Amino acid sequence: MDRDNGSGGPSTPSGPTARLRRRKGSTEVAPEVETNGDRLLFNDRNKYKSMLIRTYSTVWMIGGFVSIIYLGHLYIWAMVVVIQIFMAKELFNLLRKAHEDRQLPGFRLLNWHFFFTVMLFVYGRILSQRLVNTVTMDKFLYKLVGRLIKYHMVTCYFLYIAGFMWFILTLKKKMYKYQFSQYAWTHMILIVVFTQSAFTVANIFEGIFWFLLPASLIVINDIAAYIFGFFFGRTPLIKLSPKKTWEGFIGASFATMISAFVLANIMGRFQWLTCPRKDLSTGWLECDPGSLFKPEYYTVPQWFPEWFPWREISILPVQWHALCLGLFASIIAPFGGFFASGFKRAFKIKDFGDSIPGHGGITDRMDCQMVMAVFAYIYHQSFIVPQSLSIEMIMDQILMNLTFEEQRALYTKLGQIIIEKQFGES
Amino acid sequence: MRQKEQSPPPSPSTRLRHRKHTKSQEVFPDVSKLNGGSNLLVDDQNKYRSMWVRTLSSLWMLGGVILILYLGHLYICAMVVIIQILMAAELFHLRRIVHESKRLPGFWLINWYFFFTAMLYVYGRILRQHLVNTVTSDKFFYKLVNSLFKYHMVICYFLYIAGVMWFILTLKKRMYKYQFGQYAWTHMILIVVFTQSSFTVANIFEGIFWFIHPASLIAINDVAAYFFGFFFGRTPLIKLSPKKTWEGFIGGSFATVLFAFMLANILGQFRWMTCPRKDLSTGWLHCDPGPLFKLEYYPFPNNIAQLLPWKGMWISPVQWHALWLGLFASIIAPFGGFFASGLKRAFKIKDFGDSIPGHGGFTDRMDCQMVMAIFAYIYFQSFVLAPGSSVEMILDQIERSLSHEEQQKLYAMLGQIFQDQKYGYL
Repeated sequence: MDRDNGSGGPSTPSGPTARLRRRKGSTEVAPEVETNGDRLLFNDRNKYKSMLIRTYSTVWMIGGFVSIIYLGHLYIWAMVVVIQIFMAKELFNLLRKAHEDRQLPGFRLLNWHFFFTVMLFVYGRILSQRLVNTVTMDKFLYKLVGRLIKYHMVTCYFLYIAGFMWFILTLKKKMYKYQFSQYAWTHMILIVVFTQSAFTVANIFEGIFWFLLPASLIVINDIAAYIFGFFFGRTPLIKLSPKKTWEGFIGASFATMISAFVLANIMGRFQWLTCPRKDLSTGWLECDPGSLFKPEYYTVPQWFPEWFPWREISILPVQWHALCLGLFASIIAPFGGFFASGFKRAFKIKDFGDSIPGHGGITDRMDCQMVMAVFAYIYHQSFIVPQSLSIEMIMDQILMNLTFEEQRALYTKLGQIIIEKQFGES
Repeated sequence: MRQKEQSPPPSPSTRLRHRKHTKSQEVFPDVSKLNGGSNLLVDDQNKYRSMWVRTLSSLWMLGGVILILYLGHLYICAMVVIIQILMAAELFHLRRIVHESKRLPGFWLINWYFFFTAMLYVYGRILRQHLVNTVTSDKFFYKLVNSLFKYHMVICYFLYIAGVMWFILTLKKRMYKYQFGQYAWTHMILIVVFTQSSFTVANIFEGIFWFIHPASLIAINDVAAYFFGFFFGRTPLIKLSPKKTWEGFIGGSFATVLFAFMLANILGQFRWMTCPRKDLSTGWLHCDPGPLFKLEYYPFPNNIAQLLPWKGMWISPVQWHALWLGLFASIIAPFGGFFASGLKRAFKIKDFGDSIPGHGGFTDRMDCQMVMAIFAYIYFQSFVLAPGSSVEMILDQIERSLSHEEQQKLYAMLGQIFQDQKYGYL
């Protein structure tokens, strides 16, 4: 792939879409033909080899992904954590200067200390209630877990302060600027990595559907943008990524929205994907999916062509929400890719890493996903979760936020309130 | 102060130390550096004048703070917000000065745009419940405010995304690195400024006590450390701030802890300080302060009682908590000051700003306060907050949002669940 860039003129680091386009390889055949005829076969062989590598790694990624979806929420969470660790490692390595680092032993350890502190904080918050629900069987464990959760915030805060003090005590003369920039850089990395993974994990436990659908939409958008750009691409889209075109962008938007509509229908029929997970078990899930996933039947209007096989289509209400997700995925999520491209150009790096053969690093794959995961969570919280404070929600709160004793206390008090009201009315 | 440049930039503690005393520490080194007797009177006049300026501005600050305390919670929050805006302005300005060469028109606008988005998000979250409580009298406003808050997260997210898109669309060739650096710097500033101010505001509405007590401890620690350092200071404490000494540090710690104990007693007797504010009104507060602030009489053991004129002490339980706050303020909070000193040295700046005559900028005053405010909030949430409060909150919600029939239904459902659990355990 490096040689391809060199022969194609002033090389420009490209976003994930361009790389995906290059996966098929055809866009770069034309420039090569014009330049050096004698290197054609040489280039061709490399291009096919690199395309094979990319396809191979893509297939492996998709295969691994599908098997983890089958295994369940807990394993998806583990996958997210692993991806996160790799992303953080890539990004930590990026702006380190080997010379300064030799004079500061143990500075890398500080980065990982902050990483694990933030991980403890973020996942502790999100999964504390589910952890409690898992250990309700054993009285002793329940008390232990309850106490750990109560002091969770203090623990994380003191771990962070310890790291902060460690940082200050290791400040070395003449290295101040480097150390402070590394400190700031560490914080930015952790924020970027953990925001998106925290929202992703929160989505997963609301139902795999809310993780799988947005993620697939990003992938579909990339591939569709490439195909449309390949066949119809003419006007360039943005200076940051010269290979992207307006035709690809608009065509991909349509394709993404249509596939969002269709995918939501398909995915919404599986209870494995739509049921929320209330604890940390790994068994099969059964639940009432709610009105959002109940199919409604619409008769096909008269003006539809004769060859249309169905006279009646079933639409799940969630498909309308999926349209909004698709709109966001096609219009706004690519800006994550532009941001990453601009960032790479600003710091003159080609790829964030080289973990995935043919694709670059994990951060290169995840840049658009990050924006999408955050939006999916916020959309879910604002528009999908029941609109008004209903009995179910309060029930959830009572069961999730209160200990047994507190639940009993609430029950007694509620009883008193109801009796007082009855007396007041009669 | 600015004529004496040979000594390294003084940290906030030393500046506060200078506030009270005739700066004897600096007279001797200066006398030794004097070229001739003719400079002596001039120097002395300048020193007294700058001390006079510092004392005057300190008195104004103290007076202003006391006035605002008297006015109440809402005005204290307004003061916090204003201090925040000034801090952010100083820090934004600083980065521009450090990299003076490149200026992009309209770029500062992006900084302030992100600032106001962050402010909307942070204060919206904290004051949500208070705002709802304020408008409960009017049904229409209640509905309006409730629906605004339901979409609060989406609104803030889209405002942020719009800012990011604006940033990406204004990326200019060859300025990428500078622009990304500014972007990162903006985020770091906003995080630092808003973390501490949001925790401060949350503290204020729990009771002015939880804001004024930690803040005074920091000020007292500074003053006490200066006094002890002035009289007994010999061994230097840390390379970052050469004027600090171990004797000052330890003496200051003792004084702070002692003062924390006594101040908690005094402050805890005022309802204005101890009552939480549940809405956004500004009137007088009535509440039952709770067992935390009730004074209990502890008689001294006989042998001590014979020596002292008092037979016993009145101690409220909150004073024991205050001991922990004092310990943190004296041992860990100074690291905030060290961090600021190191940062100023790394980027070769003398002060963060010059808003306050004689003291530097607002950030110079607030650097230790930031660490303390966060700790005070976390301590309060973990150790002080009565365990029954979450039951109260849920009961409040039930009474407010559910109709009578729904409450009875909830009661029945809870009863059923408890029955099931009881049988499950058997």
